[in-house]
Amino acid sequence: MSTPSLPRRTPVIQLVLAWAFVGIPLLWGVMQTLRNAMKLFH
Amino acid sequence: MRPLSFLDRDRTVAGPGFSRWMVPPAALCVHLCIGQAYAFSVFNLPMTRLIGVGSSAPGDWKLTELGWIFTLAIVFLGVSAAVFGRWVEEGGPRRAMVAAAFCFGGGFLISAAGVRLHDIWIIYLGYGVLGGIGLGVGYISPVSTLIKWFPDRPGMATGMAIMGFGGGALIASPLSVWLMSRFATPTHVGVAETFVVLGLVYFAFMMVGAVIVRVPAPGWKPEGWTPPAHPPKLVTTANVYVYTALKTPQFWLIWWVLCLNVTAGIGVLGQASAMSQEMFPGKVSAIAAAGFVGLMSLFNMGGRFIWASVSDYLGRKNTYFCFFVLGTILYALVPSTGRLGSVGLFVLFFLIIISMYGGGFSTLPAYLRDMFGTRYVGAIHGLLLTAWSAAGIFGPVLVNYIRAYEIARGVPKADAYNLTMYLMAVLLVVGFFCNLFVRAVHGRHHMAAAQDEAVLAVE
Repeated sequence: MSTPSLPRRTPVIQLVLAWAFVGIPLLWGVMQTLRNAMKLFH
Repeated sequence: MRPLSFLDRDRTVAGPGFSRWMVPPAALCVHLCIGQAYAFSVFNLPMTRLIGVGSSAPGDWKLTELGWIFTLAIVFLGVSAAVFGRWVEEGGPRRAMVAAAFCFGGGFLISAAGVRLHDIWIIYLGYGVLGGIGLGVGYISPVSTLIKWFPDRPGMATGMAIMGFGGGALIASPLSVWLMSRFATPTHVGVAETFVVLGLVYFAFMMVGAVIVRVPAPGWKPEGWTPPAHPPKLVTTANVYVYTALKTPQFWLIWWVLCLNVTAGIGVLGQASAMSQEMFPGKVSAIAAAGFVGLMSLFNMGGRFIWASVSDYLGRKNTYFCFFVLGTILYALVPSTGRLGSVGLFVLFFLIIISMYGGGFSTLPAYLRDMFGTRYVGAIHGLLLTAWSAAGIFGPVLVNYIRAYEIARGVPKADAYNLTMYLMAVLLVVGFFCNLFVRAVHGRHHMAAAQDEAVLAVE
């Protein structure tokens, strides 16, 4: 007897890669800006 | 089979099991790129010395000529979002994102040719017109897709994408400066090469978003979520056709809500560095002012996500009430910070103001979805972005001209912004009343169920 096939769920690794792809450049931009912004307090 | 059929809406429908959390990164792929527009000013000074290299030579472009590149891009953002909104909505996000990638990336490549040939009209056409169309098409498409994936949290979803637009400038600014420094030689400023690299990188990045993006299958709902049986009065479950929305007072009231909120923010955003130094002479150096501008960019970005997410709980109308009430009070108090010599309060007030400026953009799509339904929200959003274009002209003009007028009549530089601040407060009061008059859209404007199904069948 065959069991009904379950829908293929999005793999977690795919989610992690997609978020890293946009998150890393964004984090880099935030860090650069924060470094620049710190000059306000010097 | 048509050669470009893989771009069609029906080819992007998600299968069962697809995680909706793949869609925000797809949206961010586009918004992080097109957000570069806010950082275009980093090219202004280098482009005034393309011939002279070390300093401007007689044949070099002037800042006033270069300022038109950004203005044109923002005008074409609004125009293209309005003109192509329906095409974007009906054709699906992948087609729109690919078109945006070609326009935005292509705009950079054409502009590189303009720099090489030293013809500013080519740059107006490249970055201003073609790039501007890429901005408009790219801006609205992922936003409307996210609204459909997150019916339970539309504010948070659109906040994520539109935060990316604010974040794009944070990446583009240091990246562009770094690239120019790599390509610069003693006889060359390196702008053309930087444009080529940015054009290719942005094109590739946006195409990744186009590949990832999916639309939900008809009737899809998040697991475990059921639409509220009695939605709040201002949240419709019906749909309004894009051009019918134009005939409703709600559309025009929200148009003014956006226009006034943006006018109040955009004018000071461009003048923040000069304003902080002139209002606090001797206390705020040019370097500290640059830090202040950086901090404002962060709050502009953060405000987009936080305010839009908060609007899911407060409601959109109440969120805009916060912007208008708090904004009016803060603008009215800014001159006092100058009189008190309190840099800390000045910075704090402007950081809150700028977070609400960003929040105004990101809360808007969810407000439109509440008013007009999800079916044509992208196209209606596109039409409404003309308010941004209008504010892009009003805001800086108001700030610059009033300051010049005040100085001309002998007001000290430290007090030259006071009148502008009071005027911004008045604009926000007008915005408050526009928001107050927003009511639910009358049922006669709703699409009939059969009409709605017919549109879906044609697609």
